[in-house]
Order: sequence, then structure tokens, then C-alpha cells
Amino acid sequence: METLRFIGDNASLILYLTVQHISIVGVAVGLAILTGVPIGIAITQNRRVADAVLYVAAIIMTIPSVALFGILMPVLSLTGHGIGYLPAVIAVLLYSQLPIIRNTYTAITNVDPALREAARGMGMRPWQRLWRVEIPLAVPVIMAGVRVAVVINIGITAIAAYIGAGGLGTLISRGISQTDQRQLVAGALAVSLLAIVADYALLWTQRRLTPAGVRA
Amino acid sequence: MITLDNLTKIFNTSMGPVTAADRVCMEVAEGEVCVLLGPSGCGKTTTLKMVNRLIEKTSGKILVGGRDTDTIDAVELRRTMGYVIQQIGLFPNMTVEENIGVVPRMLGWDSQRIRKRAVELLEMMALSPAVFLRRYPRELSGGQQQRVGVARALAADPPVLIMDEPFGAIDPINREVIQDEFLKMQQTLRKTILFVSHDIDEAVKMADKIAIFRGGKLEQFDSPDNVLAHPANSFIADFVGGDRTLKRLRLLKVRDVLNADSPSVRADESLDIAVRRMHEHDQGHIVVTDQDGRPTGCVLLADAVGRHGAAGDHARALPSPVRLDADLRGAVSSMFTHDAEWLPCVDEAGIFRGQITQRGITHRLGDTYRAAAHAAAVPADDGRPVAPQHFRGAAE
Amino acid sequence: MKTALAARYVPRFIPLPPLLPALAAAALFGLGVLVHATGLVDELASRWEDITFLSQQHMELVAISGGLAILCGVPFGILLTRPAVRRMAENAMQVLNIGSTIPTLAILALSMSVLGIGERPAIFALWAATLLPIVRNTYTGILEVPRHLIEAATGMGMTPLQILLRVEIPNALYVMFAGIRTALAVNVGTVPLAFLIGGGGLGELIFTGIDLNEPGMMLSGAIPTATLAVLTDLVVALVARFVVSRGVMPGDR
Repeated sequence: METLRFIGDNASLILYLTVQHISIVGVAVGLAILTGVPIGIAITQNRRVADAVLYVAAIIMTIPSVALFGILMPVLSLTGHGIGYLPAVIAVLLYSQLPIIRNTYTAITNVDPALREAARGMGMRPWQRLWRVEIPLAVPVIMAGVRVAVVINIGITAIAAYIGAGGLGTLISRGISQTDQRQLVAGALAVSLLAIVADYALLWTQRRLTPAGVRA
Repeated sequence: MITLDNLTKIFNTSMGPVTAADRVCMEVAEGEVCVLLGPSGCGKTTTLKMVNRLIEKTSGKILVGGRDTDTIDAVELRRTMGYVIQQIGLFPNMTVEENIGVVPRMLGWDSQRIRKRAVELLEMMALSPAVFLRRYPRELSGGQQQRVGVARALAADPPVLIMDEPFGAIDPINREVIQDEFLKMQQTLRKTILFVSHDIDEAVKMADKIAIFRGGKLEQFDSPDNVLAHPANSFIADFVGGDRTLKRLRLLKVRDVLNADSPSVRADESLDIAVRRMHEHDQGHIVVTDQDGRPTGCVLLADAVGRHGAAGDHARALPSPVRLDADLRGAVSSMFTHDAEWLPCVDEAGIFRGQITQRGITHRLGDTYRAAAHAAAVPADDGRPVAPQHFRGAAE
Repeated sequence: MKTALAARYVPRFIPLPPLLPALAAAALFGLGVLVHATGLVDELASRWEDITFLSQQHMELVAISGGLAILCGVPFGILLTRPAVRRMAENAMQVLNIGSTIPTLAILALSMSVLGIGERPAIFALWAATLLPIVRNTYTGILEVPRHLIEAATGMGMTPLQILLRVEIPNALYVMFAGIRTALAVNVGTVPLAFLIGGGGLGELIFTGIDLNEPGMMLSGAIPTATLAVLTDLVVALVARFVVSRGVMPGDR
């Protein structure tokens, strides 16, 4: 009850923090798509390079987010941005690479060799094949990777509140330090809800982007 | 050995009850291969799976070795029957040896005995134990996997094998090879085998008895030759195909139509003897052999009359000889290829044993039709005229 | 066969691509030189006692919460695949999937709001965050075992329990281990947050370092945390190598 009243009283603050949260995740994942998809496509050319890239990305994934923030801080403080928005965005960007690169790579390599053969037989150039056959078929799988990245990173951005990045984690961190049940629960609920809604919204987009002929 | 008595299965589906097997009765003798044949959805697989109780029957009785299977625990029952399926179903987590050892292990064999048995079976399947025992299924080709699948089914030496389209997923060339191997094995093992197939050629090749199903009903249960020669109705006639008489050729061996009372002459015997023997047997040619009795050529009556000398000096080229145990399809094909009305036949050692003629073959294939016509004084099948066998005008 | 293999990328457990170890060694060496120049080594050395003590505490939390999660998650995942409960299994998985999108910090916060401060709420939250991937992978791993294997096993006269123990679980093990691996990686990475609700562990150095704006202190928490995460991952991968049949491991050929 208390919590509900708190939410009502602070609706505009919560909304502000939500927008801040979304902007960190949005910008970082957006950049991650711009880098991850081309990398994922490029590494389809060479199996060993692909293994190496995916392995490095997997190692980054195993580094705990708190540790990554910690490692980024002294490095970025050389430019005067040790805490706040920038390290948060960079961390999210890094964590988004694995799901996006891996899904892009898997999707492109999974395109039926017969289709590729047919496209070549019809006289398509490699670029045309990529644009007109491989990428359209890969889009839903890439989107699934984006979805995973977004959900993971909504959680990571919440932690970024501790390095001053703002977002909904602020409510939780304040709630913990002030042992304020209302802020704590409001923050936890808001960030959970955001993750769940984003998951469903992206799932919906993913289905929309799946060509009708490929839908199961 | 296996008796199905009014076996019935009714599935309750959302569309209402569906009868998958309708009062099926049949009996498979010990050591026989019975192929259950029919289009998809005809009830053959349901019938098969009721035997090892993967599907519980609705009513009827199944006797195996004289025992009512209802009186045996389903798990116990299945351990006494080898089971082979189309997808093979080797367990990927187990090596070949472990796969073969699954049932023996459940039966409590010790590991040495299991190893010995696995080695024995792999050798029987023409797979080197040293190479294959420790392999995992995914390291085998499709054909090798299928051989291991059969070995696994045979592991505990069950008297009965249940096979659900066992060779269905193998490419045609390998399938032929595996079928041949399997038949050879069956000749020594004499298992009682129920075998589902949708391929008439496979059925004709493998079966001692064919059971043809349609819509859950057993339409005909007979020997392959009878199914081909006397399809019980027009459905079966269509199913076995318009060339069913030609398919029968496969069932016959050269030996079956051999005329053993055929004259021959040694190359060093005189032409007069050759002519006399031709007259005796009332035929226009005679096979010339060497000292050991191997055919080397032939002399035609037209060439020999009024000439003298050794038979060998007047011999012509011989139509290619066929082996006694070859199947008749190959022999007939060879006749057409060489435009020959007869072929000399030899045994394993290559010794001349007699000849086969187009007329003899026609006669043999026609026997069964004539017998039926005499017996019933009705057409042999559903009123369609039985296609007469047109070989080129018989000899003489 | 070859194209099919190439077309399907299967993440590997242990085997590094051949050129990687050399690269990694070079990078490590370079990093070492760099780190030494910044005085980080001295920094770490001066806190060595704290680091070992907190690392131990850290791993205790991982062992307890992760162990409990495995002990609960695997049987629960198996239970969900049994025919008797299969009808409700899909609904249960839906709930679990939604649950797995909830950020770990939120789980910790909620746990704290119910159980208060200390080790117990920390362990509970870690357990909950670890549980979901384990249950999910156990469930899908077993469901993905091809139908015809079950049919072959049944036809050979295996009992349902024998089928579960000798066919279903062994063939699902790789996928189950992948779940455990993900879960423990999440777990190790979340333990620092547990410090926030009084759970202890290396988070103490990290968050105090952030608060005091002392990068050296923070790194002496962050670097061991990252190292522990990678080590845990390696250990699970090694155990999987040992336990999972070679015939089921992908990417070995």
C-alpha cells in the first residue's frame, strides 16, 4: 500500500528514470547492432576467425557486470568520464556483442546451401545474394539476439546506477542504502516490468519481421 | 510361432473412433519372414507394434511361441523380441558395444559375455570389431548404423524380430546390399520375423509370407508368388503393380526352370555324334564342352548337316552361360540382351548342367494361372485378362 | 555431411581455437606490463589478505546458492518432462521464462524487502536467479531427445526409469550442463551485488572502492571477481567433458 502511494506520488520521477534507463539501453544496443551485425556477417567467411571472435565475445559475457564497470572506470577516467553515462553505455555495448554477433553468424551460416546455390544459379552476385536472400532470412534470428541483448542489459543498466549512470537502478540503490522499502520495491517492480514488456515487444517485432513464408 | 487372432485396435481420436486394425488374423510359422505391406495408414505398423505391446490392442489375441502375450509382462515380453526401427535409434551417448549390450545387460549378462557377443555380431555384420566397438553412432555411416541396429536387435538372440521399415532410410544401392546380407544371415539364424514395408519389391525379396493391409483390414496373406500371381482383388493388383508377372521372375531361380536333360558334346567328339544327339533330343543346337565339361561353344544343326570332323571345329559363340542359383530376372534380361531363345546353365564350378529356354520359363510362370483356371474355372484374378507372356517365338 | 556440420555453429566448451592461446598469452603479457606500470600489482598485493578472505566468502555463497539451485533445478526440470505433469509443464515454463527476464538486482531487492538484510536473503536471491536457466535447460534438453530413441528403448524392453536414466538424461546432459554453466556464470557475477544487501564477498571491495573513488580498491575486487567467473566456467566445462558422453558432445569432429 505504502509502495503504491509512493509510486503515485513519484510517477514523474519514475517516468524520468525509465526514460533514462531506456535511453542507455537503446543507444548502446543500437550501436551494438551497427557493429555486431557486420562483424557477424564478416566472420562467416572464415571458420577459425569466427571461432576466435565468438570465443572472445563469450569471455566478455562471463565477466561480471560489476567487475566490468570497475575495470572501465579507471580506464575511462583518463578522459574524465570514469563514472556516469559513458561507462554504462560501453558496458552495455560490450555485453550486447555476443548475442548479436552469434545470432547473425548462426543465421547466415544456417541459410540452406541449396538456396544459396539457387541464388547463384540465377546469376546473383555475392552482394545481391547477401542482401536479397541471406539477410532477409536472417533478420528474425538477428532480432532474437537483439531481444536477448536488450533483456540482459536492462538488468545491467540497473546496476549501472551504482556508477552514477541514473536509470531505474537509482531507486533500488537508494532504497537499499536508506532501507526504504517503498523505493526498493518500486524500483524492483519497475525494472522487472520494463524487462518483461521489452521482451514481449521485441518478440512481437521479431514475429512481424519474419517473412510470412518462413513463419512456423 | 506368432499367431494373431481377431486382433483389433480402435483409436479414440478427436475426430471420433478410428479402427486401425480390424479383426486381423494370421499365423507366421517359426523361421519365416512375414512382411506386412500396404500404403501408409493401412494399419500395418499398428499391427506390428501391438505384437511387442508398444501399442495396446483393443481386443483379440496374440500368441507368441504358443503363449498369450497378455500373460507376460510387457517389459519382459519386449526383451524376448529384437526391435529395429526405420530411424535406427542407436543411442548417441553409447558406443557401438554399449548399444549392442543394452538388452543383454538388462538380462544380467556379465560384461565379458556381452563383449564376446558384440564382437561376434559385428563380425556377422561384416564390421570389424577392432574398428567399431568403441565408435559412437554419429561416427558411422547410415548403412553401418543400420547394421549395428540389426546387431543390437539380435544381441540376446531373441527368437522373434520385429522390424519397422528397417531399411527405409537407406539409399537404394546400400539398401540392396543390406537386404542381401540380411537374407544370407536369416538363412542361418532362422528367426521368426515380422517386417513392415511399403515397398513391394522389398517385400517380394525378403518375405516368405506377405500380408497386405488396407484400411486396417488384412486383405491378403499369402506367399509372394501367390500374391503376385493371384492378387485377391483389384486393390492388391494395383498395389503390386502391372508388371507383377515380371516381378515373379525374381522369386524363381534358374534351377527352377532348368531342363537338365539337355545334350552336350565334347569338342573332340565327332560332328556325327553331335547331330545324332540333336536328333535324339529333337532340338536344333547342341552345347560343346571342353574335357572337364565347361561349355565353350555350340553347334547348330543347320551348320552340321553334311559335314564332318570334330564338333569343336564347327562351334559358334555361346550365349553367355547363367549360374543355377541366379535369379530368373537376370537370366531373362540376359536372353533379351543377347537375342537368345535359350541359355546354357552352369554350376558353381562352371560345369554345364543343362539349359533354360524361353518356352520353359513361359510354361513355368503360366503353371499357376492354368492351375487356378482349371480348379475354379474362373479368371485367375478379378476378371482382368492375365497378360500373356510374349517372349520371342519359342524355339524350333 | 561436411556442409551440414559447417552450417551449424555449435558453441564449444573447452577447446580454444588453436591460434587463441598464443594470442591470449601475448595479450596477458602486455596487460601485465601495463598493469605493473600503474602500480596495480602493488595495490593488489597490499590487499591480498582481504582478497583471499573475500574470495573465499564469495565462493562459499556461489557454492551454497548454486549447489542448492542445481539440487532443486535438475529434479524439477526432469519432473516437468514426465507425462503425468506434461500438461501443466508448458505453463510452468512460461512463468519461468518471464521470471528469467527479471534483472538480478531486482531479485535481490525484492528478496531484501521480504527477508531483510544478511546472508540468507542474499543466498535466496542468488538461488532464485540461478534456478531458472537450470530448470529450463534440463526441461528442453530432455524434451529434445528424439522420440524415436524413446521408442527404440521401449521396444527393447526398458522400463520408464531405465529410459530416463540411461537414454533421456545422458542424451540431455550436454544441454543441461550448458544451463548450469550459464547459471553459475550469472551467479558468480551477481554475488558482488549480494554485498549490497549484506551478503559479503568481493562486492565489498568493489562498491567501497566506487564510493571512496579509489580505483585500486575497486579493481582488487573486480579483477578477482572476473577471474573467479572465468575459472568457474572452466571448471564446469571440465566437469562436463568428464561426465557427458563423447557421442553427445557437439563439435568434436
